[in-house]
Amino acid sequence: MRLPYLAACLTGLLVLAAGPAAAFQIEEERNFPVADATATLEIISTGDLAIFAPLVEAFQARNPGIAVHYITASSTALMTALYEERAVFDIAMSSAMDLQTKLANDGYALTYTSATTATLPEWARWRDQVFAFTQEPAVAVVSKKAFEGLPMPGNRNELIALLRENPERFEERVGTYDVRSSGLGYLFATQDSRQSESFWRLSEVMGRLRARLYCCSGQMIGDVASGRLAVAYNVIGSYVKFNGNDDTWIVPFKDYTNIMLRTVMIPRTTRQPDLAGRFVDFLTAPENRPAISNLSGLPPIDPETLEVEAALRPIRLGPGLLVFLDQMKRRTFLRAWLSAMVQP
Amino acid sequence: MNQPFKPAISATGSLRRRLIVQLLVIAALLSVVLYVSVSTFARQAAETTQDNILEASAAAISEAARAERDQVFLDIPYSALSMLGAVSEERVFYRVMVDGVTITGYADLPAPEVPPKLRRPSFETTVFRGDEVRVVATVRRITVADETVRLTVLVAQTRAGLAAISLRISIAAAAVGIGFFLVSGTLSWFAARNALRPLDLLAQSVARRGAHDLRPVRSDAPSELVPLLVALNSFMDRLRASLMRTEEFIAEAAHRVRTPLATVRAQAEIALRSVKQPHNRQTMREVIRAVDESSRSAGQLLDHAMVTFRSDNLARTEFDLEELARDTIRGIGPTADLKDIAIRFSAEAGLGKVKGDAILVQSALRNLLDNAVKYSPEESTIEVAIARKGRTARVSVRDQGRGFGDGDVERLKGRFDRGTNVADVVGSGLGLTIVDEVARAHGGSLDLASNERGNGACVFLTLPLA
Repeated sequence: MRLPYLAACLTGLLVLAAGPAAAFQIEEERNFPVADATATLEIISTGDLAIFAPLVEAFQARNPGIAVHYITASSTALMTALYEERAVFDIAMSSAMDLQTKLANDGYALTYTSATTATLPEWARWRDQVFAFTQEPAVAVVSKKAFEGLPMPGNRNELIALLRENPERFEERVGTYDVRSSGLGYLFATQDSRQSESFWRLSEVMGRLRARLYCCSGQMIGDVASGRLAVAYNVIGSYVKFNGNDDTWIVPFKDYTNIMLRTVMIPRTTRQPDLAGRFVDFLTAPENRPAISNLSGLPPIDPETLEVEAALRPIRLGPGLLVFLDQMKRRTFLRAWLSAMVQP
Repeated sequence: MNQPFKPAISATGSLRRRLIVQLLVIAALLSVVLYVSVSTFARQAAETTQDNILEASAAAISEAARAERDQVFLDIPYSALSMLGAVSEERVFYRVMVDGVTITGYADLPAPEVPPKLRRPSFETTVFRGDEVRVVATVRRITVADETVRLTVLVAQTRAGLAAISLRISIAAAAVGIGFFLVSGTLSWFAARNALRPLDLLAQSVARRGAHDLRPVRSDAPSELVPLLVALNSFMDRLRASLMRTEEFIAEAAHRVRTPLATVRAQAEIALRSVKQPHNRQTMREVIRAVDESSRSAGQLLDHAMVTFRSDNLARTEFDLEELARDTIRGIGPTADLKDIAIRFSAEAGLGKVKGDAILVQSALRNLLDNAVKYSPEESTIEVAIARKGRTARVSVRDQGRGFGDGDVERLKGRFDRGTNVADVVGSGLGLTIVDEVARAHGGSLDLASNERGNGACVFLTLPLA
């Protein structure tokens, strides 16, 4: 498995080899070996192995002889690996659309076109370098028990009113992303701030209730299920599993719902672009959408639903996403967010 | 005379080709001009559009800057960059500097060489991170802590999409140019053909003329062709006059020969009666015969001259062909009797009249009968018949003579051409020429054949009915 990298290091071709010695922080790592492997596909992803392992195996089933080395990292670590360390990967999958856009904009992505990618709707690809393969809504998850006796909120203003009027019930039982550390949380928060002024009021109310801050959707959903949290705001809706638990409920916001597009791209550092292209095709092919959805539980690209539901707003890929990555803008935003969320 | 006219002229180039080539060259030049101007204009329009968006983006960023706590503070509006992604999927870079020090953005983005002035942004096309980019720079003054600083905003966008648009426009412009060339080429071809049509018509009308038609050309012609036409007509006038003079001369000569010949013949007849010696009588008969032949030839020359003269201004009177034929047969009767030749005549009933010059037709009939008698053996029969054939009357003369021989029969219609088998008979070679010219002057024809009922010749004179 490691032999190609050892060889590469020995010949001095590659100094910043991907592997255990990499400087960026790896969360999970797994090899998907096959007998008589002809090539190894190097994947870096923000997606949990639990979700993506079945997808990788399905890809391997369709492409025999391809071993896969899968690394999970946070979106910021992924950015560091590709942007600063120029680590060698064939595939980068991330939920942080802004960072993926920045990678492509700054020239770290390979252009790839195929008959399959051409079938993607225009909003689901950018520059033929960033390709979306899921559409995942940012939702509020509530515990029905915690809302007992209260009307269920239908939009953000109603949620704000409920939280404001019942501080004793929601004190320290509201959770959301810590946008300082979570790239996805930052993306959701900045998009919220674009959509409506209610975001800042909501942040202030949550700050007053001494909201708990999380790194990941999974933990928030778990805490709602266990009753620690009454509300988790800006959670990836597709992560919510209802296995037998009828207490957890997703608020169908009628004002707007941001849709995050999980994207895949081929880093410029790849040495096997054809193989990487096959993986991109595997993820984006319309005929694979049902299978991918079944295996991973992630909602597939579905233009029809977006047309019917006006409140669903997919975050647009493009240079607009670079704005909130601006150093000065980010500082300003975090300062405002912090002063709202972390109150003395 | 009946040799086909072969032009001893080799063509030096073609007017039509020259015209078409020149028009095509002009069309090609115009097409190229069209292509260059359209693609240049379109490219400039596309570049101006990109420049305008870049300038708007830079202005939006620049205006968002404000002084806060002794330093420049910038909150880039979302639209400032997202507007750049609205039209195409270009890479976008920006850089904001205060007095030359980068405060945010891509610190390595190069500024245009020409520094921007207040309200006068500067543009430059350069290469950044491996791609050609268009950079705009704007500058504004901003006061921070009682000090005025210069805020420079650079916004850059790659030009791949613009290049693609330019290429598309160039291809479209090329298609338009080629289309223009094809259309104008086709039109040039038509124009050249149209312009030269009067020349073709004139050439055709001159070529269509009969061999003896020397009338002036009367067709309408464009002014450029009038001098040619005038020269042609004057040339033909002179030719006609010259021919006329010749014919008149021949007629005059024949006439002058005939009168003394008649005197000689009369004297010879008288002498023949007084001469008793058989040997001398034979000599006298030969003299008379020779005089007769000479007189006949002179007569035919006269006839021919008359035909030529009268054909030019053909009389168009209606006359009875049957009656004319009977008269002619009656006139030739004595000569036929000398050889004991019987002439049988038949005519279809209700034939109708023939329109033309009776004198000419009679001359033609006389020559036909004359020939028939001359080449018929003694005690034979000549059949003359007139039959209606469609809108024409056909006179047939059949004899039991030696026929036309094996040579080219049509040749016999030529002037002074005689059959290959008649060397022993005295003749001028004008007889059939006269008949042929009369027939043609009337719009009819002369056809020569062998007598289908045995030996001899058969001659058909066809004349149109009135």
